[in-house]
Amino acid sequence: MSQLPHTSGLGFKPEHFHDIMVQPGAVGFFEVHAENYMGDGGAAHAMLTALRADHALSLHGVGLSIGGAQGLNPAHLDRLRKLIDRYQPESFSEHLAWSSHGTAWLNDLLPLPYTQETLTTICTHIDQVQDRLGCRMLLENPATYVTFENSTWTETDFLTEITRRTGCGLLLDINNVFVSATNHRFDARAYLAAFPLAAVGEIHLAGHDAEDLPSGPLLIDSHGAPVADPVWALYAAVLEQTGPLPTLIEWDTDVPDFATLLSEAARAKTVLARAKGGQSRAA
Amino acid sequence: MLHDPSHAKTEAAFNAALWGPAPPAGLTAPDANEIAQRFKVYRNNVQHSLTRALAARFPVIEALVGPAFFTAMARVYIAQSPPQDPVMLRWGASFAGFLDGFPPVAHLPFLGDVARLEYVRGRACHAADADPVAPEVLAVADLESLRLTLHPSALLFTSPLPAVQIWQSHQTGAARAPLLPGPDYALIARQPDFTVIVERIEPDTFAVLSSLCDGETLGFAAGKADPTPALTLLLRHGLIIDTDTGAPR
Repeated sequence: MSQLPHTSGLGFKPEHFHDIMVQPGAVGFFEVHAENYMGDGGAAHAMLTALRADHALSLHGVGLSIGGAQGLNPAHLDRLRKLIDRYQPESFSEHLAWSSHGTAWLNDLLPLPYTQETLTTICTHIDQVQDRLGCRMLLENPATYVTFENSTWTETDFLTEITRRTGCGLLLDINNVFVSATNHRFDARAYLAAFPLAAVGEIHLAGHDAEDLPSGPLLIDSHGAPVADPVWALYAAVLEQTGPLPTLIEWDTDVPDFATLLSEAARAKTVLARAKGGQSRAA
Repeated sequence: MLHDPSHAKTEAAFNAALWGPAPPAGLTAPDANEIAQRFKVYRNNVQHSLTRALAARFPVIEALVGPAFFTAMARVYIAQSPPQDPVMLRWGASFAGFLDGFPPVAHLPFLGDVARLEYVRGRACHAADADPVAPEVLAVADLESLRLTLHPSALLFTSPLPAVQIWQSHQTGAARAPLLPGPDYALIARQPDFTVIVERIEPDTFAVLSSLCDGETLGFAAGKADPTPALTLLLRHGLIIDTDTGAPR
């Protein structure tokens, strides 16, 4: 697997296919949800083939349920392998979450306690994924609304230990950090200071919604709004330490026109350019 | 005392609570009084995302019953038949049968068949790719013994009710036409430009296409009815992908 370019990219939305094709090179890379391309044929594959022909590609899975207690679904791993063989993406990533229980697929990224047991389970799953897919994967930090009383690890220590044991990289979702920090009333900058930034292979930026609880705000990771200013500020602070990293703008609900997404990607590019001028990542 | 259940138990309790009124035990939050409100985000996300996935697969059913009713009905269906696979484009095969037996929609007896049509349409969208052959392949001496291989997306649909007409009347730009009584017959297929057609066809055309789909010869199919309309339809939409004269190659 080669590498994603250290520039900004966008989640691919089929409704923007024509806009993308008439502006080749406007976007540094595209990311797609793997599960949307697991049909046999049709427009989805035709568009992805055309897109892939002149863009770097990040394959982002939402279906493995890596954080689940049960074993990974071997048929799903096979489908991912088939997609990777066909499209040769520059990156494959998944989530620190679970999404299926028994035979039911819940279609959401659900939280888990951080314990010795879940650490072992997740590392076993990641080893299996990397073996079967033949590549190093990135694991994404979650946005959460509750925590578990039996957790014995902090999320950052837990992620650090996972990278140490499995050799996987991390996908740092800075909106998720901000959402979780706000929801659990901790300092996002302290979290990032403890985050194993050297393992980060990609950054996600997205918008969130807000609700009010009596004790304060509850942010919802909606992917349906522009990236919020505090998230941009955290992003700049991270890049000061890491230098430029592949950065994806995620916008999955109430998808705006392509120009709006391009302007978000352009804003990320200016932050990336500033980071390039400053400290750059040691080779 | 710190309670440390196994991960399988934690997950099972969390999952059970997604379908019930109260959050599971063992959760924490800065203000413990707000755990239920926080947990509700997960419950809502699961319901909402599955409901929208179902509506994306069955848009005409949602239009026929209205979004609010659809959401309430989806809640019942999702609890009974959650997806069994992370590939959501396969989900919903049992939705038509659910509608057939769901008492609150018993006054809309065509809903099940409209849902069947929408599911078949989805299958056509994602069926395997194959290139059509040139129309000249039909210019052979022994047309009678010719067998056709149709595009994997070419699927036949029939309903004793006017389900095809009802579906068509909910497409943008559809002309307002009085419904003719069923049965309805349709060819559902994906064209080379990836648009999926739902074309209402005559019973004779359906009979000929059924024979061809079963791998019968053109001669056999012509025994059912004049094969010209069926062949015209297949050629117009690029749905013949191979032919076999029966002769050794």
